[in-house]
Amino acid sequence: MLENEANPTISKSTGLPRKRFYRARAHSNPLSDSHFPVPISPSHVDYSLHYPQFFSSSGEVGSIKKVQFADVGCGFGGLLISLSTLFPETLMIGMELRDKVTEYVRERILALRTTNPGQYQNVSVVRTNSMKYIPNYFEKGQLTKMFFLFPDPHFKEKNHRRRVISPHLLDEYAYVLEAGGIIYTITDVEELGDWMKSCLENHPMFEALAEEELEADPAVKLLNTATEEGQKVARNEGQTFQAVYRRIAPSL
Amino acid sequence: MENTQPEGGENNRDLEVAPALISVHPTQDSVAVAVGSDLRVFDLRGNCAVTLVDETGEAFHKDSIRAIRYGANGKLFVSSGDDKLVKVWSTDSWRCNASVCSEKRVSAVAVSNDGLIITSLEFSPDGRFIVTADRDFKIRVTVFPKKPLDGAHEIQSFCLGHTEFVSCLAFLFTVDYPQGFLVSGGGDSTVRLWDINPGTLLDTCEFGSKAGIVDYKGNEVSCSTVTDLCTIPGSNVVAVAVQSLQGILLVSCDLSSQTFGAVKVISNMGDSFIPTSLGCSSSAELLWTITGVSKPHGSNHNSLTCVRVLSGFKKTIPDAALPELTVVDDNEVPGAEKLLEKLQGSVTVEEEVFLAAAEAVKTSMCNLLIKKQYTTEKREFRKRGRNDKKTKH
Repeated sequence: MLENEANPTISKSTGLPRKRFYRARAHSNPLSDSHFPVPISPSHVDYSLHYPQFFSSSGEVGSIKKVQFADVGCGFGGLLISLSTLFPETLMIGMELRDKVTEYVRERILALRTTNPGQYQNVSVVRTNSMKYIPNYFEKGQLTKMFFLFPDPHFKEKNHRRRVISPHLLDEYAYVLEAGGIIYTITDVEELGDWMKSCLENHPMFEALAEEELEADPAVKLLNTATEEGQKVARNEGQTFQAVYRRIAPSL
Repeated sequence: MENTQPEGGENNRDLEVAPALISVHPTQDSVAVAVGSDLRVFDLRGNCAVTLVDETGEAFHKDSIRAIRYGANGKLFVSSGDDKLVKVWSTDSWRCNASVCSEKRVSAVAVSNDGLIITSLEFSPDGRFIVTADRDFKIRVTVFPKKPLDGAHEIQSFCLGHTEFVSCLAFLFTVDYPQGFLVSGGGDSTVRLWDINPGTLLDTCEFGSKAGIVDYKGNEVSCSTVTDLCTIPGSNVVAVAVQSLQGILLVSCDLSSQTFGAVKVISNMGDSFIPTSLGCSSSAELLWTITGVSKPHGSNHNSLTCVRVLSGFKKTIPDAALPELTVVDDNEVPGAEKLLEKLQGSVTVEEEVFLAAAEAVKTSMCNLLIKKQYTTEKREFRKRGRNDKKTKH
């Protein structure tokens, strides 16, 4: 926790971290190996570090709560912050590959917890590569929602394998989502939107949500408005393409 | 567990060698050996060397073969490797039925009871699951689908626990435990036992400390990769080939308590004989081992291969102690001199070459299983061989 008043990275007025000190390139290569600790298995993750109020480290057999929402590629944390107050009893986590950006989100959450006592205790962030390590963090059927907001389009054909939504990765996302769990995707790049929709449509373990269900889901409304990226697209009056699917049991 | 970059020297691919591989027909009708791009088969029934016939567009392998396997019913044989080709052979005519082009260099193959699937994998004994191991320390258990051509999408579990890459998989099963248990070996010097359905780690055998194993330089082997695993069918014994270890390890397994038991080093295979691959038929009387490497590209040296066979496995009761194994004399090996000549390339092999082979294989395993770091020029050069471009539908 940065108490140092002279620290320029935290704004004096809001107590929140200043984005300009945490800027990073928008694109990372998710296929390259990086230097960050990876848990051997979900049981090796110490959730008391992420959600201290929910987990007493004295070993009390309290609620065995588990993370249920994951924001894959959470960026600067806009969606998580909105979801946190919308679902205050649900534990949620953001996964981000870029070091500085993860640091920003971490600072932001800590600052919000201080200025809003009792709130934002259910949200955290972890620096990791979701294309490789999702099964290391989540058990089978653990998640109820997964979010993929404005992922890197990786335009070139040869880079398509770096895309975070792919037939192969959908197998893993289907594994960590419970039956009935929902996957939310949105992009402002039409070609990527078509790609993601087609991957989900062709995967035997996902089916599209009906219009009525989309209307009724509060999380869907956040897709366009909650993130910096989404707000930028709205400012520029761009179009967005979303695909929201439910994880189903495969037909026998 | 830190995800760190390896200290990789830059290895010129031309100097890379491939370990020699051996695979045995389920009813020991034949034995196949791969050394570099050379595939050699000896027909034990007819007691003669086999001449392979390949009239497909891509005749024979052009680069190192990395995986060979007989199908469970013995009718098919598959070979694959660095030339990105997977070849399916018919074992009665030894004709190549098909040559399939893969996008990547293929590191392992297996044949299911009904057909053919190509990736790094094993089938569970009951055929319900496909198990794949990867460099990111994970083992994925996938449900074998009703319609295989649509792909296998339903993941049953992940077997997580290895702290380094997973190099080999095998199933241990007996009449009492038909679904079997998965045994895996990896770069973290352990052999692990798993129940694949929930993905639970049942036991870990840190063989390095257990057996006080000493490598050929006389140093304690505490940190050594498992290069191959072979379960002895119908028994509770696993044979393990370990980098730097002369001979092999036998690890026993108590299937009722689901734990590993004794570890025994079989060291009477000859000085400096470090097997690179193991094979066994379903009758489980003999353990076939091989050591060797392909010759580096452009080198004048011959490839070095030596086949040694161990006997001493009996259909013992599971509680019995690990067997003493003896090396079968060359003239008592099935197929005898003719087989050895065909598979080794010569009838006898000089022992001095084994150590050189062992060192070369160590480097090659490292290259295969640890992600290499390339300079930008090398990366551009390597991209020329890519064939994962847009496919025409």
